[in-house]
Amino acid sequence: MSSRQRPLLELDRADVRRARQLARSVGRPVVRIANQHTTVSVERATLRLAGLSGADHERVPWVNHLVDAVREGVGLEHGVTLPVWDALRRGAAPDLLTLAQMASSRSVDFRIPEGKDATAAGKQSRTAVAHGIRTIDRQRAARERLVKRHGDPEQRPWIYLIVATGDIYEDIPQAQAAAREGADVIAVIRSTGQSLLDYVPEGATREGYAGTYATQENFRLMRAALDETSKEVGRYIRLTNYASGLCMPEIAALAGMERLDMMLNDSMYGILFRDINPIRTFVDQRFSRQVHARAGIIINTGEDNYLTTSDAVEAAHTVTVSQLLNEYFAKEAGLEDWQLGLGHAFEINPDLHDSFRMELAHALLARTLFPDAPLKWMPPTKHMTGDVFKGNLLDGFFNLVGALTGQGILLVGMMTEAVVTPWISDRDIALQNVRYVLNAAGGLTEDFHPPRDGFIQTRARQVLGEAIDLLQQITDEPGRAPLLEAIADGTFGEMKRPATAGKGLDGVVERADGYDNPAITLLETGATR
Amino acid sequence: MTPTSTPAVTDFPDVAEIPKVVRPYGDQTGDGMVQVSFTLPLPHDKRAEGAALQLAGKMGIEPALLVHAKPIGDGFTFFVVYGSVKHLVEPGLVEVVEREFPLLSGKEINTAIKRHLRRKLVVVGACIGTDAHTVGIDAILNIKGFAGEKGLEYHREIKVVNLGAQVLVPDLVERARAEKADAVLVSQVVTQRDAHIHNTTAMSAAFREAFPAGKVPLLVVGGPRFEEGSAATLGVDRIFGRGTTPGEVASYLVHALVPQGAATSHSKGA
Repeated sequence: MSSRQRPLLELDRADVRRARQLARSVGRPVVRIANQHTTVSVERATLRLAGLSGADHERVPWVNHLVDAVREGVGLEHGVTLPVWDALRRGAAPDLLTLAQMASSRSVDFRIPEGKDATAAGKQSRTAVAHGIRTIDRQRAARERLVKRHGDPEQRPWIYLIVATGDIYEDIPQAQAAAREGADVIAVIRSTGQSLLDYVPEGATREGYAGTYATQENFRLMRAALDETSKEVGRYIRLTNYASGLCMPEIAALAGMERLDMMLNDSMYGILFRDINPIRTFVDQRFSRQVHARAGIIINTGEDNYLTTSDAVEAAHTVTVSQLLNEYFAKEAGLEDWQLGLGHAFEINPDLHDSFRMELAHALLARTLFPDAPLKWMPPTKHMTGDVFKGNLLDGFFNLVGALTGQGILLVGMMTEAVVTPWISDRDIALQNVRYVLNAAGGLTEDFHPPRDGFIQTRARQVLGEAIDLLQQITDEPGRAPLLEAIADGTFGEMKRPATAGKGLDGVVERADGYDNPAITLLETGATR
Repeated sequence: MTPTSTPAVTDFPDVAEIPKVVRPYGDQTGDGMVQVSFTLPLPHDKRAEGAALQLAGKMGIEPALLVHAKPIGDGFTFFVVYGSVKHLVEPGLVEVVEREFPLLSGKEINTAIKRHLRRKLVVVGACIGTDAHTVGIDAILNIKGFAGEKGLEYHREIKVVNLGAQVLVPDLVERARAEKADAVLVSQVVTQRDAHIHNTTAMSAAFREAFPAGKVPLLVVGGPRFEEGSAATLGVDRIFGRGTTPGEVASYLVHALVPQGAATSHSKGA
């Protein structure tokens, strides 16, 4: 994103600084806790980077078998790689896959290697995991090459469309058609419920509910199809999926290796809306963001969810707070500004007086706070009633805010939201709506300067003020990690999520002193070997 | 809002007032004008336009006016058709499921529970199966409520346990037992491949299996795509559709669960 000469909103610089400072002091203790733990999914992701894939005849992935066996044998406190490569060195199996297969019947004795054995196991595991990291590096370079060859979309925002048939072989022609009709980014929605699976399904899948399973093979098939289409339409079509839920780190690793371009990845979404244990989420999230940083993937955060569950006017500041926290956690994990698709949404009740002006104020606030981030602007869903005519108008106004406030990624709204999964004609009408607005009013940014003490500037300042108050209130919580306390006592979305409960808690392990994870080492140092 | 226990259909003000026959209204009484849009898997040409008019004719639109035709994608054409539909509509023959219970105010709900049940009414709610959309259950249960009405939680005499999204049926049954639930509310928004139907029948079967006959909590399911009148097939006591407010649900719960005065208590064996 090119930053503007002069920001449209004149925010008090001291306020903006204060907001970021508070976000940092709220986030830092959580990062400390994340660094003291590992999870089954982080360890499985590490094995995937080392090249272990596939599943048994009941479709239980080998990475799950191996991590479970190591955990049963010697625990995960030292990480999975030391005992695994120690066993390989001792000749327990000729290769990683065979070892995993043997371990699934518990016929391998694992131990925590010490001294020279530990050094050697550490070295060999690093060599193996570095293969995966270099695959990610190669895919990033391939993306850069293809973008150079085919080009980026001509306009901002990029047009983001969703496909969700449940069947990868139906998704592919739909995604290709959507790209031909003007989509720049294709998101394949996951099957409902995948976020709570503690394993990544295998292979090409044809049966999902309200979406298609995220699997390595599905990623590969869709990316290959879109590479074809990119060539045909003369611009690089980006592919999006979800690094969220219990397998966030593994999906991030697969996305990096299969060259996905964007991943939905929110710092607190899983905790609040899926009841996943907070520690599990923060540990998994940090690892997945380190992978995304390395892979050159743009993350998309999920602030729209706060607005669909709470009132979009009253909760406007919770979006800002979440964006600031997402920014802190993302940068801490190594992501750069251009990779932060911070989310926000057009969800104010349209019957409310001045609703459009408030939408503009909120969108401009995000734009001004994060001038170099490709903000993701999400369409109305909550107030889409089934009146498709009114819905189409609302989507038009949503598009207008997107054009007027320089959003980076525009998720195309469907007038049949809440009615049916989009029909071919719905998508066409929606794209026509986007094209009309961008074409007719895209240049309006030039003329649009809300007056200093007018409604929009005042409202934006008010929301920022409320965000600072909320962050302050969180830092005032007791305990070693005030954010965890705040999440536990229902500060966000009126949902109480204590750190000692939630799904996936049993997959969290405190690291021992000798914990080793070559993936984390390679990601943090930037080394390739 | 006068409480009435008379059966549904006769509630209608006066059957004689219902016109025997009506036709759709464009701008003149009886013109029968309708507007439809659809896509045909044909490339846009004269034949496709003719095919669109043929479909309109088969739908009873005569004469049909093709006002818009646009190629979309590869080999598809989108049409908008206006025209006069020849069918007649007989509103008298429409069967209407009317609300079988009186709407109560928040105060009336609390009073009824306090006076006649003499303990708190316990409601356990959840989204079951893979459904992660808590909008519906939250609108009914959370204090925040919906359409300007506070949710069930707001009522002093109702104890609400909201289990949230993606709750497994066995967990729901277990929790309902532990809480001694009077009613179980389940919301189902995702309807792809009839997930809402499968989930609901699985849920009601699990409850019938886990509780002795006559002791099953009142099973209430809500969602935008349930058919009115399919409660029995799904094995639940009541279905609530799109636009249901918390007040309606609370009034129904009181009607179904709180024995009032000398009236016989509701039997909820389904």
